[in-house]
Amino acid sequence: MKTITDEVIKEHGLSAEEYRNIVKTLGRDPNLLELGIFSVMWSEHCSYKSSRVHLRNFPTKGPYVLQGPGENAGIVDIGGGLAVAFKMESHNHPSFIEPYQGAATGVGGILRDIFTMGARPIASLNSLRFGSPENPRTAYLLEGVVAGIAGYGNCIGVPTVGGEVYFNDSYNGNCLVNVMTAGLLRKDRIFRGTAKGAGNPVIYVGSRTGRDGIHGATMASDVFGEGGEERRPTVQVGDPFAEKLLLEACLELFKTDFVIGIQDMGAAGLTSSSVEMASRGNMGMEIDIDRVPRREEGMTAYEVMLSESQERMLMVVRKGAEEEVKKIFRKWDLEAEVIGRVVEGNSIRIFEGGATAAEIPVASLTDDAPVYNRPAKRPSSQDSINRLDLKSIPEPSDYNETLLRLMSSGNIASKEWIYRQYDHMVRTDTVVCPGSDAAVIRIKGTDKALALTVDCNSRYCYLDPFTGGAIAVAEAARNLVASGARPIAITDCLNFGNPEREEVMWQFAEAIMGIREACLTLGVPVIGGNVSFYNETSGVSIHPTPTIGMVGLVEDINCRATQWFENDGDLIALIGENSAGLGGSEYLKIVHGREAGLPSIDLRNEKRVQEACLKAVRECIIVSAHDASEGGLAVALAEACLNPKGDLGAEVKIDAGGLRADDLLFGEAQSRIVVSLKEKDLDRLKGVCASAGASVSVIGRVTGGELKINGLIKIPVSAVGKAWRGALRGILKK
Amino acid sequence: MKFGIIVFPGSNCDHDCYHAVKHVFGQDAEYVWHKDTSLKGFDCVVLPGGFSYGDYLRTGAIARFSPVMNEVTAFAKKGGLVLGICNGFQILTEAGLLPGVLMRNSGLKFICRHADLKVENASTVFSSSYKKGQVVSIPIAHADGNYFADDTTIKRLEDGDRIVFRYSAPDGQVTMDANPNGARANIAGIVNEAGNVMGMMPHPERASEAELGSTDGSGVFESILKGFLT
Repeated sequence: MKTITDEVIKEHGLSAEEYRNIVKTLGRDPNLLELGIFSVMWSEHCSYKSSRVHLRNFPTKGPYVLQGPGENAGIVDIGGGLAVAFKMESHNHPSFIEPYQGAATGVGGILRDIFTMGARPIASLNSLRFGSPENPRTAYLLEGVVAGIAGYGNCIGVPTVGGEVYFNDSYNGNCLVNVMTAGLLRKDRIFRGTAKGAGNPVIYVGSRTGRDGIHGATMASDVFGEGGEERRPTVQVGDPFAEKLLLEACLELFKTDFVIGIQDMGAAGLTSSSVEMASRGNMGMEIDIDRVPRREEGMTAYEVMLSESQERMLMVVRKGAEEEVKKIFRKWDLEAEVIGRVVEGNSIRIFEGGATAAEIPVASLTDDAPVYNRPAKRPSSQDSINRLDLKSIPEPSDYNETLLRLMSSGNIASKEWIYRQYDHMVRTDTVVCPGSDAAVIRIKGTDKALALTVDCNSRYCYLDPFTGGAIAVAEAARNLVASGARPIAITDCLNFGNPEREEVMWQFAEAIMGIREACLTLGVPVIGGNVSFYNETSGVSIHPTPTIGMVGLVEDINCRATQWFENDGDLIALIGENSAGLGGSEYLKIVHGREAGLPSIDLRNEKRVQEACLKAVRECIIVSAHDASEGGLAVALAEACLNPKGDLGAEVKIDAGGLRADDLLFGEAQSRIVVSLKEKDLDRLKGVCASAGASVSVIGRVTGGELKINGLIKIPVSAVGKAWRGALRGILKK
Repeated sequence: MKFGIIVFPGSNCDHDCYHAVKHVFGQDAEYVWHKDTSLKGFDCVVLPGGFSYGDYLRTGAIARFSPVMNEVTAFAKKGGLVLGICNGFQILTEAGLLPGVLMRNSGLKFICRHADLKVENASTVFSSSYKKGQVVSIPIAHADGNYFADDTTIKRLEDGDRIVFRYSAPDGQVTMDANPNGARANIAGIVNEAGNVMGMMPHPERASEAELGSTDGSGVFESILKGFLT
């Protein structure tokens, strides 16, 4: 066997100090298998060693929460005996190396996280980040990632109902692929990843183990340099058909009372699933490596334990139920093999050829894994990027042209080219399809529905990670209330650069505190999530991107709204107030080439605006609701005109209140929602806003075929639609 | 009326078809496992959409060998009603119950959206609730919906009035612009010669409830029920 040299330790991504700790824990040098197990369990990806001290700041409790962070997915109670499990995860590093498989297996992984809890997956979303449209790799990555998500999600039959896509230079060397899935389950039938009861068998089900994805978790815990493509062998290959069988077989099994605990084999495969289950159950576990089904001959114990082959689950079942469990899997043409058992004690022991090949105390791999409170420092460049002198920004001479430029920016343009490749209607529950502020999924047999969204503006986070983090939460919640849903919980996917850089740790710590602040003010807890560090290539970090996935509850499916104007003659009103907001705006970047200034938000005001909007939608006072975000009020109004059922025009007159014209039209001041309503309902809207303490003003009327704003903009909606709809295709042709 | 919904490994619209038949149209419905060897007691058999066996080979090419397909063939020969939707249509062509084949979309990408369809024949047992020439909006969701058959077969389909749905513009014009996938003659759905087996790429079960944005697909189920009751 390979001797453990300094070189081998380094290859495993362990520091000299971490290795000393391993020796201390074991009271001896580890063998290579043990070193491999430590290396993946102590990797950033599995151990959260740099993030853990900060993640503790999240509020995780709330009236709806049945399962908070620490499990495969969080779970919320939606009433009527039903619950929803959801979670978001990243697959950034693999997707940059091999976009199709990287993205596909990301979807596969998050689906397993959901159904392992006992839930049937009912909807998926994704949040994607690519480099600048001019970057030659951008189109290739975008096409591959979208095809991968479609290939996996469509095949398994879980609708992909929403998401977001942004382009920015900072992602040239690291794209982001964050995928979220929600599943429905009965609240009295929750399954968890725990190993209990000495003597109970440990069963392996699903695809056989191959040599793919070995050290995927370690790869995801390192920066890229030149030649990152050479890491292609660490990317797994997905088989959505196998996962579909696994899903149906597991859901069938969950109807029985055989299962004690179950967990998917995701990052770090058999190692993390067995260790984490033993850890949660406070038990030991024995694995007979020879019994693990394999795809190829001659695999070592090391390879079997570290493989990240997809579509595999590990479960602990009641002793004596083995045959009946196997029978269910046989029906679905799947292999189920007893590979070990739960034992008393606190060690995980791996046997090969009857001899002990590895023996490690479970806690040393989980609770006692290293935790770092890494140094953090505000970057010295922060002051200069926060400086924005409006005098240096010339006002455009033609606002129609400026609007068209913004509408055809990749970050604002229609994403139809993407979501048309996703089956977003399968399961016949999608009542609001992709394109509106949030997707809405009905719950058959009830009057309820779920609204789902993912949000993050990483430019705000780059300029001010605290405020950017808070805005990500606020905007996600705003998208939900605009749809008529009360936000109930969050899953996050925190994508950052190299945590060993003080500046990155500062961004991370600040963003977390911003998210915390918004969660507390808006009353929405975090019930799970994922951290992806080391999104850095050749020394360049991505913009901090703490993506927020949020789920909201629509109590009565008949009272909801979409973002589009519906009827000629309706009034247009604005809930919230206009204020200066050019800092960090899309306008500033697209028209003036600057990423500068400061975003801002008053969370208390945000709360009032959201309360007012939610009430107005729930009481069917308003016809449509759309929040102003990237591109500001003008873009929000234009988007509201572009109803997929047919364009509508609008005539709008807004009190500038001392703002510059470009700030009024394109500034991204937060806490504003554009609504439309019947004139007769105006007094009711005013009443609702007054009681919530939110300001509201009538700003125009839905009419004609043009968008007219303050004599600054006057343009046929069809021209706006053409620019907006065709833009993404143009980017792909570059 | 009793519907059997066939479940192949990889079917993923089986629940949707069951829901439509059972809860929207109030009929008896049962799932039929692909290894089952009897279709006794069913009045109509539905082959739902999905990715049977992952569709890693030509779509439907493996599913046609599932044990239940012998029964589906026998059931069809005896005049039983068989409706294949999307992957179900693909399987029916592979099994030889319908002519032609569904190839990869001409744009090479999966397409999910509402499609306008012109009802070409409103006198089949699957379409009698529609009016001839009516344009309906029903979602499509497929990567392989590009219907192909040789000239003789297309002529036979046309002469026999066996093309039930064609992709069309909203005004009913059958144009290439309105063709989402390259299908020959804009074919979206056809019946067999006896008229008791229909395959269609669009998903009527996704357009049978107002909540989902369109009820234009309900005509397919209503037609089947109407035919059964009269």
